[in-house]
Amino acid sequence: MSERVLMKGNEAFGEAAIRGGCRYYVGYPITPQNELTEFMSREMTKRGGKFVQAESELASINMAYGIAAAGGNVFVSSASPGIALMQEGLSFICSAELPLVALNVSRGGPGIGGIQPGQADYNQVTRGGGNGDYHIPVFAPASIQESIDILYDAFSLADEWRNPIMILADGMIGQMMEPVTLPEPKAPISEDEIAVRKPWALSGTKKGHRSVVKSLRMQPNDLEKHVEKLFEKYRQAEKELVKYDSDRIEDAEVVFVSFGTTARIVSEVIDMLAEDGIKAGLIRPISLWPFPEEAFSKVNPKTKVVISAELNMGQMMTDVKAAVCGRFPVRLINRTGGIIPTSLEIYERAKKILGEYK
Amino acid sequence: MNLAMDKRIVAVVGHFGSGKTEFCINYALERAKLYKKSALIDLDIANPYFRSREKRSLLESAGIRVFGSFYQSEITAELPALTANARFPLEDKNYAVTIDVGGDASGSMILIQFFKYFIEGDYELLCVINKNRPETSSIEGALSHIYRIEKETGLKITGLINNTHLLRETRVDDIIQGYQFCQELSKELRIPIRFSCCPVLLYEDLCKKDINEAMKDGILPVALHMRETWLDKKP
Repeated sequence: MSERVLMKGNEAFGEAAIRGGCRYYVGYPITPQNELTEFMSREMTKRGGKFVQAESELASINMAYGIAAAGGNVFVSSASPGIALMQEGLSFICSAELPLVALNVSRGGPGIGGIQPGQADYNQVTRGGGNGDYHIPVFAPASIQESIDILYDAFSLADEWRNPIMILADGMIGQMMEPVTLPEPKAPISEDEIAVRKPWALSGTKKGHRSVVKSLRMQPNDLEKHVEKLFEKYRQAEKELVKYDSDRIEDAEVVFVSFGTTARIVSEVIDMLAEDGIKAGLIRPISLWPFPEEAFSKVNPKTKVVISAELNMGQMMTDVKAAVCGRFPVRLINRTGGIIPTSLEIYERAKKILGEYK
Repeated sequence: MNLAMDKRIVAVVGHFGSGKTEFCINYALERAKLYKKSALIDLDIANPYFRSREKRSLLESAGIRVFGSFYQSEITAELPALTANARFPLEDKNYAVTIDVGGDASGSMILIQFFKYFIEGDYELLCVINKNRPETSSIEGALSHIYRIEKETGLKITGLINNTHLLRETRVDDIIQGYQFCQELSKELRIPIRFSCCPVLLYEDLCKKDINEAMKDGILPVALHMRETWLDKKP
């Protein structure tokens, strides 16, 4: 194992992406992910990749569309309103079945919002802001190390599924520091290899066949068939890409559901409640789409209440309620606008809620 | 550790994430015990989070006035601008001033406008070194950071701060290795190592180690004011 180094989230995202096979990065500056764009501007060319600062997020995603169509392992990153601008492109890329890795270092919204951390892009990334029937697998790391591990695998995952992969890391994870271990760099895919490994790519005339990349399908029957084919893939993804972590849910009185930064605070709250003799557990969705419904089947049937803790107005509640399926009451503990609650605040609010379910 | 002889103005630069802000807060709090008037100027206009101005109430309760790129209670705005009153404690020679400068050469550029206050004998420009940050883990890497900061600001760095740590994973040996690393830099640059930061919990263990007097004299026990405990909670 290589040595521990201290890294800031945004730098670590870049380093992990490069080590995971990223060869193209297209970006446009936005807080709180600027250090990543800066890192890539410095590192990509040094390490055999290409860096483009686009003139906008719209340009970024469409340049990335072109790179992905040519078979390049491409990475785009932004923060909430910037990711909003990319939604049209993401819909096109999903329809064209191209691999791409996108990172959202999210902040407060709606609109231009603020620059402090937020999780109010849950609906944006899990439901998709673009048009049409499509899905993007979304992973929400709760630490810098987990972000590294997810990003390192994301490029091969995107290639395998021929679909964008989204990583939702809130601003806190982008800006905080953490000791991490970096994985060994993967060998980059050469242009000759692209022609062999990605026969669908527009990789030139040498490969001897014609590839077409498009999202336009004027014939309704043709489009319906295409969407059904996409959904066969999504059904498969729902089985294979579910990822979550759970802690002490089998005998819990109260089960928290929380992702990203909030899950770390909740972990501390669970220990605080344990000191009071209250058994609390945590389901931490790592894949937000597909949502880890299966985790809820392991919850103690005697659990009094499930609490969704989020940095938004309760966007994940819809998925939590669907997963709970009426077996337990579902309540919300939240802050928004860029405010991160303290462990004490969540602890006190949880105790108050628990008091209602004696 | 004796801070009584420290220069009136102590400006702190370094690689982003090297720990300038934690050093500045701990140092300013320690220093405030010796002076009637003390101030911290937060010149970090590059970082959006973890800025010393967020600890304004803690600092003010210790008698430290806080200045920087914020207006009244607005501390989260991302304004690449400074309020004019940031100059006040520099003008008033009764103030002991700690300056938390932004990261890297680009972040330290902001110092240029305060050039006239950096009078020889009245200031120190200290550079924070954390050997566990990838870009300053080699002598060449650390030197190149220092040279870039000097070139950008036109000021000579006068001392080093060994802040080699891995947050709550820090071991006493990390601090000692960081000191040895800084000794090499110190020899190359002909400037002293002014401080070695040590987490409060490790202070006694470090003092028991076989370390030289110069290192011992410069140990600054640091509490992690900027770091909420849940940030080190394993998810």
